[in-house]
Amino acid sequence: MEYEAVIGLEVHVQIKAESKIFTRCRAGFGYEPNTLVDPVIMGLPGALPVMNKKALDGIIKAGLALNCRIPEVCKWDRKNYFYPDSPNNYQITQYDQPICEGGLVEIELSSDSRASMGEHKRIQLTRIHLENDVGKLNHFSEDSLVDYNRAGTSLMEIVTEPDMHSGEEAFALLTAVRQIMVYCGISDCDMEKGQMRADANISVRPVGQKELGSKIELKNLNSITGVKNGIEYEIKRQTRELKKGNTIVQATWRWDAEQGRTESMREKEDAHDYRYLPDPDLMPVRVDEEWKNRIQSEIPELPFDKQRRFFEEYDLPYTITSVLVPDRDLSDYFEAAAKQSPKMAQAIGNYVTNDLLRELSEAGQSLADCKVTAEHLLSLVSTVDKGTITKQIGKDVFLEMFKSGELADAVIERKGLKSDFDDDQVKAWCQEAIDENSKSAENFKSGNEKALNALLGPVMKKSRGKANPQTVNKLLRELIR
Amino acid sequence: MSEELYYKSARELSGLLKAGEVSAVELTQSIIGRTKAVEERVGAFNSYDEGDAVSQAEASDQRRAAGETVGALDGIPVGIKDVLAVKDQPLTCSSKMLENFISPYDATCIQKLKQSGAVLWGRLNMDEFAMGSSTENSATHPTSNPWNLNCVPGGSSGGSAAAVAAGEAVLTLGSDTGGSIRQPASYCGVVGLKPTYGRVSRFGLAAFASSLDQVGPMARSVEDAALLLQAISGYDLRDSTSFRAEVPDFSKSFESLKGKKWKLGLPKEYFEKALDSAAMEPVQQAIDFYRELGCEIKEVSLPHTEYAVAVYYIIATAEASSNLARYDGIRYTHRAENFDRKDSVDVYNQSRAEGFGEEVKRRIILGTYALSSGYYDAYFLKAQKARTLIRQDFEKAYEEVDALLTPTSPSPAFEKGAKMEDPLSMYLSDIYTISANLAGIPGLSLPCGYSGGMPVGLQILGKPFREEEMLAIGQVFEDAHDFKNQHPEL
Repeated sequence: MEYEAVIGLEVHVQIKAESKIFTRCRAGFGYEPNTLVDPVIMGLPGALPVMNKKALDGIIKAGLALNCRIPEVCKWDRKNYFYPDSPNNYQITQYDQPICEGGLVEIELSSDSRASMGEHKRIQLTRIHLENDVGKLNHFSEDSLVDYNRAGTSLMEIVTEPDMHSGEEAFALLTAVRQIMVYCGISDCDMEKGQMRADANISVRPVGQKELGSKIELKNLNSITGVKNGIEYEIKRQTRELKKGNTIVQATWRWDAEQGRTESMREKEDAHDYRYLPDPDLMPVRVDEEWKNRIQSEIPELPFDKQRRFFEEYDLPYTITSVLVPDRDLSDYFEAAAKQSPKMAQAIGNYVTNDLLRELSEAGQSLADCKVTAEHLLSLVSTVDKGTITKQIGKDVFLEMFKSGELADAVIERKGLKSDFDDDQVKAWCQEAIDENSKSAENFKSGNEKALNALLGPVMKKSRGKANPQTVNKLLRELIR
Repeated sequence: MSEELYYKSARELSGLLKAGEVSAVELTQSIIGRTKAVEERVGAFNSYDEGDAVSQAEASDQRRAAGETVGALDGIPVGIKDVLAVKDQPLTCSSKMLENFISPYDATCIQKLKQSGAVLWGRLNMDEFAMGSSTENSATHPTSNPWNLNCVPGGSSGGSAAAVAAGEAVLTLGSDTGGSIRQPASYCGVVGLKPTYGRVSRFGLAAFASSLDQVGPMARSVEDAALLLQAISGYDLRDSTSFRAEVPDFSKSFESLKGKKWKLGLPKEYFEKALDSAAMEPVQQAIDFYRELGCEIKEVSLPHTEYAVAVYYIIATAEASSNLARYDGIRYTHRAENFDRKDSVDVYNQSRAEGFGEEVKRRIILGTYALSSGYYDAYFLKAQKARTLIRQDFEKAYEEVDALLTPTSPSPAFEKGAKMEDPLSMYLSDIYTISANLAGIPGLSLPCGYSGGMPVGLQILGKPFREEEMLAIGQVFEDAHDFKNQHPEL
């Protein structure tokens, strides 16, 4: 019998904000333990939560970017459970009236080759709601200690429908969500800093069966590849069990990335009764059209829309868009140059995705530190396009520009790199090359196109690389025939 | 009338301070002296710090000398129920759970009191976490009723009521979730006011039931209660449920309402129940007083009254079960010395078993049950719906009348121990006060006579955010009687 997996994800994303969700207390990562706290965060007697409007802006933005409905009214509920990382022993969340309902996320699956675009799909969302993050437990040999710095950070939970069927699709969903969050400035989604976390609900059923199989909730998927590997492992495990005739018991499991396997955490019988109740300390929130419109106007063009437009407006190959599009700053940089000269877009795209990225990474810099502005890059590409310098020299000029911040013209001038020979001089070098490599010349004459390269090289050498290869090519052909 | 300083009204004392006839330090010393003299018998306080009070009083005198007096309460000692956070002072909620807790911050109403120049005086005893009607549920000690030391002062703000009655404070703050200001006020023969829900910030009030809790003043006169209410009222950014509106000048506006002929309602459901008839007599006389004054007295109906106690004990305990979850033995509360370190929940079990008293445990269990899956719809949700009906009862009644007159409690103060074994009869002592919390409306209790030597309270229930009307109605009665000058013999 053939089996198929059905996967739903619960993705937690921390909303980037100066302060925490229910108090003005500062939010951040990497501070001394228990320094980002106040009476509200510590759950002291008498402390009360007050909604942070920035967090609401963030989740409304996320909801609109992920095609959710934003109902007029949402409310706050307490989810009651005892755990030391939760100072109040309840989490403030949204139970039956979340701020975002439904939603659709476009994902791109990987293809067989890096050069071609993968299949695009749409994954349905159930809802997105807002809640407070909890603190962090640190386990030592004798004791466990709690750090409440993270507690109270604005956290949204994106819940998908059971709409995915492989680790690959889950991976693509997370990638798409992360790109959109970063594009919109909602979160940096750094999984290492816990800014994005995912749990997966995984079940397996015989192909053709309508009902879902018993699900396993898989936790501790701490990286995007962890999500992919963990889910794939779990699908295989469940399929193996079913094939053996065993049944899957609904439970919570965890992914052990080091061992590369999943293991059981708790059975369903231990499931909590969260005793949800409307939080009497917080008023329901009304989101009107004006508010939605204001947030809508702050949403930038989203990655896949940009990808489609780059294909259309700049005729870029997938190899370039696939590097540009995931990085909003990089694609903005590209477009600042390409817009002014769309016919040079490919050449610009090549510089950006190859030379620029390579140099940035070698220098350990970010785009913001880069001395070569989009304007400067455009003038370099134009200079190459006009034939003033060769493509190869163009790359060297770029390196100089990157290091010193000089303009292209200045580098060319200083180093005397212009291809400013008259055709007679080049012709003379071509003739010399033919004379010195008569065998290659004859081979070319008798139809071996490749033999021309053996002549091209010496001419370029004679010109110290400055001769325009197209001109040399043309002259060689004329002289041999 | 030459009275001891400690029994003078805040209004009068304010005048004496202003005239320089008395200093804040003298006044505070008088309160301290009185407290030392009677506290052993009354037991109103969990703790007090004389030195701190005197230095606050000195600061007040210095302000006055410099012409920088900040308000009508400058230099007046105000006692604080041990449920409100005062920076660097203990906050115990009369619970073993918080026996060693020192608050690192001020409640908003405390901040406001400090800004008004009041001398914050001591931590007043209460039923543990404000759960109770007799102050016998205190983990420290029971407080006695100054009118009869064998009787309870009521609760949960029993310490606040007793302190005012015994002259151990000029004014006190209490909190009222189901009658916890009004019922002890009536038992101790003082004035107690529960403001409209949202009038006073709850920030810094250790929560019992968040949707019902309000901080309010206790005093020996209506006017003094208005002064203290003025100081603590107002919108607070730190409490989302506080009301965003201007606070009227209560003293002024109720002065201007003095001559008004009110339409006053008598909820028939409150009078047809079996009442202690002796206790009812002063209330009847008060009603007659208003009738003779020319007020229109009208019977009204609050048809859902019979559900109020049941609804209250579901909603209040449900919220409490969640609110009190933070007292867990992990951070700042009592932690059991012995617990199974291998069992991650045992530190909770042992610490909470040791830290909470019987009544608190009873209510946590009740509330946990009411919220459990499978029971939520039958209990909590149904109670929420009934609560709406109760609120609508009042809205309808207020279309016909300006305010309601009722007894505050079915009987005067009972003897200590009389109801400890019977929680249900204890719960019923709040039967007339609970509805106001469910409906969010304001309520005032003021002394209206005696029954068997014990004070009896008249309750005036007002329209939301019209505390000044309630105060005006109360003051007319107070002015025509001498109850505010009647003090227990101690």
